[in-house]
Amino acid sequence: MGLTVKSMGSQIFSKENKQKYQYQIAIAGNPNVGKSTIFNALTGMKQHTGNWPGKTVENTTGICTFHKDNYLLVDIPGTYSLMSNSEEEEIARNYLCFTSIDATVVIVDATCLERSLNLVEQIMEITPNVIVCVNLLDEAKKKKIEINLKQLENLLGVPVVGTIAKKKNTLHTLMQTIEKTVKTKQKQKANVIQYSQEIEEVILNIQNKLVYDDSQTNLQKRWCALKILDGDEKIIQTIEEKKQIKIRNNEQLQTYLQNLRKEKKFQKQYMRDEIICTVVKQTEKIAKEVVTFHKENYQNKGRKIDKIITSKIWGIPIMLVFLAIILWITIVGANYPSQALSMFFEKIQEYLKTWANAWAMPTWLQGIAIDGIYQTVTWIIAVMLPPMAIFFPLFTLLEDLGVLPRIAFNLDKCFQKVCSSGKQALTMCMGLGCNAAGVIGAKIMDTPKEKLLAIVTNSFMPCNGRFPFLITISTIFIGGYVTNGLQSIVAAIVVLAIILLGIAFTFIISKILSKTIIKGNSSHFILELPPYRKPQIGKILIRSILDRTLFVLGRAIAVAAPAGAVIWLLANIMIGDSSILSFIANFLDPFAKLMGLDGYILTAFILGLPANEIVLPIILMSYLGKGTLVSLENSYTIGEILIQNGWTILTAVNVMLFTLLHFPCSTTLLTIKKETGKWRWSILAFLMPTICGIVICMLTTAIYHIIV
Amino acid sequence: MQKLVQIPLNQTVYIQEIQCKENVKRRLLDLGLIQGTKIKPIFKSPLGDPIAYEIRGTLISIRNEEANRIIVKTR
Repeated sequence: MGLTVKSMGSQIFSKENKQKYQYQIAIAGNPNVGKSTIFNALTGMKQHTGNWPGKTVENTTGICTFHKDNYLLVDIPGTYSLMSNSEEEEIARNYLCFTSIDATVVIVDATCLERSLNLVEQIMEITPNVIVCVNLLDEAKKKKIEINLKQLENLLGVPVVGTIAKKKNTLHTLMQTIEKTVKTKQKQKANVIQYSQEIEEVILNIQNKLVYDDSQTNLQKRWCALKILDGDEKIIQTIEEKKQIKIRNNEQLQTYLQNLRKEKKFQKQYMRDEIICTVVKQTEKIAKEVVTFHKENYQNKGRKIDKIITSKIWGIPIMLVFLAIILWITIVGANYPSQALSMFFEKIQEYLKTWANAWAMPTWLQGIAIDGIYQTVTWIIAVMLPPMAIFFPLFTLLEDLGVLPRIAFNLDKCFQKVCSSGKQALTMCMGLGCNAAGVIGAKIMDTPKEKLLAIVTNSFMPCNGRFPFLITISTIFIGGYVTNGLQSIVAAIVVLAIILLGIAFTFIISKILSKTIIKGNSSHFILELPPYRKPQIGKILIRSILDRTLFVLGRAIAVAAPAGAVIWLLANIMIGDSSILSFIANFLDPFAKLMGLDGYILTAFILGLPANEIVLPIILMSYLGKGTLVSLENSYTIGEILIQNGWTILTAVNVMLFTLLHFPCSTTLLTIKKETGKWRWSILAFLMPTICGIVICMLTTAIYHIIV
Repeated sequence: MQKLVQIPLNQTVYIQEIQCKENVKRRLLDLGLIQGTKIKPIFKSPLGDPIAYEIRGTLISIRNEEANRIIVKTR
C-alpha cells in the first residue's frame, strides 16, 4: 500500500486526461502555506514553489494514484478569501463553484491558524466536502505552538489532518482521508457560519426564491443567497451564465431585495461588513479554543533580520549588493562550462560534417541542417544554459528564503509615485530571468491597471538572453581599461548599471502610461511578509534547473531552430555579389549610423527577434563574411573582430543601450497577447522600448560627435 | 481620535474604524482586520512608507495612505 506518484503536465479538460482519473480534488489555501509543496509531493510534479504570495497564478493539475484509484489534483491559486476581486481569487472561486469536484482540501498554516480559517469557513459555505489539512506542523513545533486537531475537527465538522510536507506518512494519512471522503456518498455536514437571526431569515427567504436543485451541484443555495445578499455583481453574473439560474431577471427575488435594501442595515456594503465580521469573529473563537502558544515572541529572530533588511540606511544597499553578487557569480561561474559546452558541440559538428560528406548529402541541405539549425541551436545552449543554471537557483534561493516580498516592501514607495505597487518589483525580478516569465507573473498585481503596466514595461528588464551579450561587450570595451583580475567585477558593475537604467525607464514609462493610456484606480499595497524559511537546497537545485532552466531553454530552442535555417538562407542566398543579409544591412546602414550602430548590428537585432541570444553570433558571422554563425569563446578575439569592423566605445555603449531598449523577443510578445487578450498591448510593448532605444542611441551619438 | 499611521512602532492598538476605499477595506477585512482587532506597527520600509504591521500573528504591510484612514484606539 504505497503512495505511488505519477506526474503529468496536463490541462484539466483534455480528453485523454478525463479517462485517467476517477476523482477530482481541489487543493486550496492561503498563499505561503506550502500548498504547492504538498501538491508536488502528492503528484510528483515539478511545480515551482516559492516563498512569496501569489506564486500559483493558474490552476495546475497532476495525477496522484492511491489504492489503484487515480485522483486528479488541482492546485488552485493561493488566496486569503474568496470575496475580493483580484484575478487569483476569481480563478480560485470560479473553480470551486463551477467544477464538479469530489472534495476540496484546504491547506492551512499551523503557525497562523486563525487567519487561515477564514478561507476554510468561506469554502465550507460553497461546498461541504472539505478536508482541512493543517500544514507546517514542524514549524509550529519550533515556535512552540500547539494545535488541538481533534478539537478543530469537532468545531468545523469536517475531517482535519495534520501534515509535514517532508514526511511521507503524514501525506499518506491525508490521502486516506481524501479517499474516505470521496467514497462516502453522503455530503459531509460542515458546521457553516451562523449569522445573526435576522440575516439567517433573509438568507432563507432568498434561498426559497432561487429555483434550482443544489443536491447535484457544488453550488450551495445558501452560498448563492449570501452572494446575492452582499450584492457581488461579478459572481452573480457568473452564476447566471454558468448555471442558468435566474437572478437578475427573477422578478420575485428582485422585488424582495428592493424592499429589503430600503433598510440601511441590509444595504450591500453594510451586509458585506456584517458577513465578513461574523466570519472573522467565528474564526477568532475557534482559534482561541484550539491553539496554544507556549512561547511569547516566537517571531523575534525573523524580526531582527527584517529590521536590518528594511532599515533606512541598509535596506536598499543590501538589496543592490545581493543583486550584484548574484550577477557576479553568474558571470564568473558561467564562463567555464560555457566554453566546455561549445567545444563539445564543435567536436560533434565536425563528426556530423564528416558523416554528411560520407553520405554525400547535398551542400545546401548540409548548410541548412548543420550550419544553420544545428549550429544556432547548440550556440544558444552553450551560451544560455550555464548562466541560467546558475542564476535561476540563486534567484530561487532568495524566493524560498522569503526575501522577495521584502524587496517589494522596500521599493513600494517608488512604485507608488508611478501609480503602481511594489509587487511590480517582483515581476521585474522575474523578468531578469525571462521576460515571458515576468509577463505571466504580472497576474499577482491587484488591479488591471497595475497588471498592464507591469506587463508592457517588463522588457525594460534585461532578460537572461541579453545578459551574456551585455557581459561580453562590457568585458571587452569597458573591462578592457582595467587589469585582468578586475574585468569580471567591472563587467558586473556595468551590467548592474544597465539594470538600474532599465529600472529608471520602467518608472518613467510607467508614470507616462498611467497618466495617458493606462488610466484607472491606483491601488493599495497590502501584502503579507511571510516568515523566513530555511530553503531546501537540494530541492532548489533540481527544481530550478528542471522547471525554469529547461523550460526557458526548450522554448528558446523551439524558436532558434527555424530561425537558424532562415539566417543561413539569408546569409547564403546571393543576389549578384552579396548575400541577402548584406543587402538588408546595407539598406539599414544609413539609419543605423544615426544611432551610432551599423547596418549589420541593426540587422542582427531584427533577426534576433526569436531569441536575443543570437544577436552577437549574427554580428560576428556577418563581419567575417561567413555563411554560418560564428561562435567565439575568447572575448579577446571577439574584441579584435569588432574593433576591426569599426567598433568604438560609442558603438559598444549604444549596442548595450539598444540591447536594453528594444523590442522583446517573439515569445514574450506572444505571451503578452495571451495574458492581456489583445494584440494592441503586444504592439505597445514592441514599439515603446524600440522608440526609446532609437531616441536614446541617437542622442548619445549626437552628444558624442559634438564632444569628440 | 488616532490614526493608525500616527502610532509609534511596537505600540499595540485596536481597530476602531476602517475608512478606506471599498476594495482596500475588503482586503483588510479578509485579513481579519475588524473592529477591535489588535494591530501593532513593527517596522518601516527604508523610505518610511509602507509600514509592516502585526495582525493576528502575521506581518502585513500597509501603505501610509491607507493607514491614515484607519482609526484606532489605545483602549
